[in-house]
Amino acid sequence: MANTIHVDVVSVEEQIYSGDAEFVVLPGVEGELGIYPRHTPLFTQIKPGAVRIKLPDREQEEFVYVQGGFLEVQPTRVTVLADTAIRAHDLDEAKAIEAKKRAEEALANKDTAENLAAAQAELSAALAQIEAIRKFRHRAG
Amino acid sequence: MAGSKEIRNKIKSVQSTRKITKAMEMVAASKMKKAQDRMRASRPYVQRLFEIMLHIQKANTEYRHPFLVQREQVKRVGAIVITTDKGLCGGLNTNILRMVLNAHRDWKAKGVEVDYVAIGGRGLGFLQRMGGNVVASAVGLGDRPHLDRMVGPVKSLIDQYVNGNVDEVYVFFTNFVNTMRQEPRQGRIIPIPRQFRTASGEVRKADIGEGSWDYIYEPDAQVLLDGIMLRYLEAIVYQAANENMASEQSARMVAMKAASDNAGKIINELQLIYNKTRQAAITKELSEIVERAAAV
Repeated sequence: MANTIHVDVVSVEEQIYSGDAEFVVLPGVEGELGIYPRHTPLFTQIKPGAVRIKLPDREQEEFVYVQGGFLEVQPTRVTVLADTAIRAHDLDEAKAIEAKKRAEEALANKDTAENLAAAQAELSAALAQIEAIRKFRHRAG
Repeated sequence: MAGSKEIRNKIKSVQSTRKITKAMEMVAASKMKKAQDRMRASRPYVQRLFEIMLHIQKANTEYRHPFLVQREQVKRVGAIVITTDKGLCGGLNTNILRMVLNAHRDWKAKGVEVDYVAIGGRGLGFLQRMGGNVVASAVGLGDRPHLDRMVGPVKSLIDQYVNGNVDEVYVFFTNFVNTMRQEPRQGRIIPIPRQFRTASGEVRKADIGEGSWDYIYEPDAQVLLDGIMLRYLEAIVYQAANENMASEQSARMVAMKAASDNAGKIINELQLIYNKTRQAAITKELSEIVERAAAV
């Protein structure tokens, strides 16, 4: 077998990706993580952003957008338990930008601490979505 | 002709019963589709989560989460019993509650106390009649499992576990096999078991060795393990409820189909009897006329 690592990205709604990869990039809470096969066991949380999966024998990378979740790395497999996962193809840039605007407005007229936290979370999710779309566009274009 | 009127009434009543069962069958069929889709969609997530739990259990973690520690003496256990809210779904609830009853007897025989959390009205009623100690319940869940409504009751049991009042927690639910078959299941969820059964019934164990390895945690072991354990509980309860709902709608559809078919059979039989009595009455009248004609 080639030097690959098995990658699973699942959310409660669906299994979004399952297959072998040469290399995976994930948005960890402590910064971007690049995982190659035979990585040491790692357990962390991920923040909203794009998961980039380099498939063997293929130029193009697979993009999956996640809204945060948990990540477990074992030497032969990577498992992402995503809160929500969307393939980059399904992302709608207009919607993401609108969500960002809404979140920024909510931040501008912050009234309670709870609303503020919710607005911040919404904003970071929207930003990550836009980021994911840009990355995807960049690769595709 | 007194008998024939009674038979006619009977046929009418069976026909209207069949209309009801037919309607229920169709409602269940459409709900079943959605419930099955939902259940299938979340199965991979739960399975991956379980695999991670098995890994974590094998790891020599720097922070021993309470869910990973097997207690030496079990004095009190908690049981989450998931049933349906409504009846008319064949033997679904009977089967799962029989399993609960057997487990209850086993525990009592060992001198173990049981605290129950009932999810679903049927189970609640049964546990109360049985004299079980129901500490929390959630009923009237509707057609899709709302996690926020189940989390409260389950949380109360988990708190008891963390406090040390309860030493093990079990879950009882009906696993969906296919539309014709649903099987009752029981399983320990805390402490984390060393193996688990997948939805299709195969037994899974950890695929990595026990050893002195540990994860790299980013940022912090305690935060991460607490977080994933919470996910684990939520996912398990959510999936069990999902499986149960898919089973409920399937069982109801099958039960109602059987009821409609039976009603059809009864109507046919009654129709036959009705025709025979009517024929007999006509024959009798005719022969009387003929007799009189012969006498004249």
